[in-house]
Amino acid sequence: MTVRATSSSRERILGRIRSSIGVSADEADRRVRSQKRLYDHDAHIIPSRSQKSHLELVHQFEDILIGQAATVRRVSEMTDVSNVIAAYLREHNLPARLRQGLDPRLEEINWSAAPHIDRLTGPAHPDDTAGLSHAFAGVSETGTLVMVSGPANPTTLNFLPETHIVVVSQSEIVGPYEGAWTRVREVFGERTMPRTINMISGPSRTADIEQTLIMGAHGPKRLLVIINQNS
Amino acid sequence: MKPNSHNFKLNARHALDDKQLQRALAKVPGGFVSKRADARAALPEFDALRDKARDIKNHTLEHLDLYLEEFERKVTEAGGIVHWASDAAEARAIILDICVMVDARVVTKGKSMISEEIALNDHLEAADLKVVETDLGEYIIQLRGETPSHIIAPAVHLNKDQVEEDFRRVHTNLSPDRQLQEPEQLVGEAREMLREQFIATDVGITGANFLIAETGTSVIVTNEGNGDLTQNLAKTHIVIASIEKAVPTLEDAAAILRVLARSATGQEFSTYTTFSTGPRRPGDPDGPEAYHVVLLDNGRAELLGTEFKEVLRCIRCGACMNHCPVYHSVGGHAYGWVYPGPIGSVLTPSLIGVDEAGPLPNASTFCGRCEDVCPMRIPLPKLMRRWRAREFDKGNPPAKQRFALKAWAFAARRPWLYRMGAGLAMPLMAWRGRSAGRFSSLPFVDGWTAHRDFPAPQGRTFQQKWRAEKRKRSRVSQGRGKS
Ligand code: SF4
Repeated sequence: MTVRATSSSRERILGRIRSSIGVSADEADRRVRSQKRLYDHDAHIIPSRSQKSHLELVHQFEDILIGQAATVRRVSEMTDVSNVIAAYLREHNLPARLRQGLDPRLEEINWSAAPHIDRLTGPAHPDDTAGLSHAFAGVSETGTLVMVSGPANPTTLNFLPETHIVVVSQSEIVGPYEGAWTRVREVFGERTMPRTINMISGPSRTADIEQTLIMGAHGPKRLLVIINQNS
Repeated sequence: MKPNSHNFKLNARHALDDKQLQRALAKVPGGFVSKRADARAALPEFDALRDKARDIKNHTLEHLDLYLEEFERKVTEAGGIVHWASDAAEARAIILDICVMVDARVVTKGKSMISEEIALNDHLEAADLKVVETDLGEYIIQLRGETPSHIIAPAVHLNKDQVEEDFRRVHTNLSPDRQLQEPEQLVGEAREMLREQFIATDVGITGANFLIAETGTSVIVTNEGNGDLTQNLAKTHIVIASIEKAVPTLEDAAAILRVLARSATGQEFSTYTTFSTGPRRPGDPDGPEAYHVVLLDNGRAELLGTEFKEVLRCIRCGACMNHCPVYHSVGGHAYGWVYPGPIGSVLTPSLIGVDEAGPLPNASTFCGRCEDVCPMRIPLPKLMRRWRAREFDKGNPPAKQRFALKAWAFAARRPWLYRMGAGLAMPLMAWRGRSAGRFSSLPFVDGWTAHRDFPAPQGRTFQQKWRAEKRKRSRVSQGRGKS
């Protein structure tokens, strides 16, 4: 599908860039230098706060998320997640209903402990009240969840329902963002990304009216993060 | 939008007299400034990261052609389409073509300054498309028919009562008795109104904070999540980005992200940072079916070869305007085009010409705070001075100013004359301003004194003081030598 012949613009823009830099298209050393950078993808300065012991990183992840208006709970077994979710929904007076993707890790939850919760699967619908997802990783540095798109965890669940519940494996909490990139490359390969990666650091918010911070601008008003310690 | 930068002086005067605007602007320095300071203090590596961020962008700009080629290759591999637009007209035409091709009626948009730069909304609306801005601030100014007055807080020039008025005027299907005084109520109402649009949309347009060459990924940073609903609920996602948004790798993006939110809002990280690579994959239950990236040049490739090229490192964080005394006084609209504040004063003449934007590089007190806080270490005052020098060479300032400046320069190069002039002027000024200790009007600089007072000198000139001080010191050191 070509919308419009923009190839001439392409050549014009690239040509202008080269003449501004004062180079030609085929200078080998520039190509080598840029290719090397792309394949080496060296990290730069890693803040000291993301280079602590794993246990400290987990604590920091939790503390920062709480500071960003998320709720954090820990479970010692995946099966316990249902209890935490049931209590949370009750506490906030929310309907006992949620939607989730097909992530096999979420299948380990023991729902018989909370049989009253209606569970639907698939991408989010406009009238869904809560979404349940499993994170790909957590970044301790800024209390950030790393979510990956796909049938296991549809991206719309991260944004459409008013309440978002995310399970993250404690062992998958890393220090810096670069730790997450390492894992992305392990799982998806070099120079390959899933369609969408969402880094999420709290519930949705805005300060567009008189710089007053209000939660729940367009995305979720509430974020519950459940750290699974047995992982 | 039609530039109105040549009118800066008049715009500024109106802004200073606008009570509503002044009330809104009074809140700017407090919030943004202290939050950024706190975020900086909480990250010991912050200033070292700014050096790194500068180096990353410098490297990228020196290899920009190659990284853009790589970016295009990787987007194509992922099933997306890259379009190249030399100027605003080309970018508008490409985007309209895509909308027409998919039979779009409704277009939702995430916040994008490039979209403002190319005046996209007018163009799409002229073709009978319904265009809906989804960032809350952008939504509000769209209702008012205004342009953003700040690059990250588009409605920062407004007060909540103005927003309430607009919502009551436009959302006529809602009960007139509803409560709308508080920001929370306003946000709730906008959320409900925009929900319907997200779902009804055919095309979602977002900007990009970064284009990652390594993987062919576009990145947006938001707090509301509107950009994500925009791109995930539409069948077609169009990214509009200027060419200098490229960075080589995910690691490079991470390094710059560490300074972006901290400089912008004082957050450690924005709520949502989203990395998008191509359209929906096989088996994906959601996401856009088509993914387009429109790469806009609009004068930047040429700028890369000039003495203003450092401005291309800008990541549009807004810190320079948040810390600018001129911006604090007149707000963003006075600058007359898309980019206000110190970055606007350098970028606007570069993009639309110094004939139109000549007054902007003069809209500065040269206090240097913009450069102090710029995460990309762009020497904004130096670049403004360069524009001023060019302006002066072209004979642009009015005769009165040129005469005053020339006279000062003439005297400054002749110390005896300067001493005499200053020595005479000083007691004269002190005498004339003695009652209040300041002047409310001065010859040659009436524009300056219209809205502020010039302090009356209290005593001797600097040179007189310097000489006296030197005499005193030499006496002291002689005294010491004797003992
Ligand atoms: S010039 Fe610097 S401070 Fe201003 S918006 Fe750009 S990056 Fe931010």
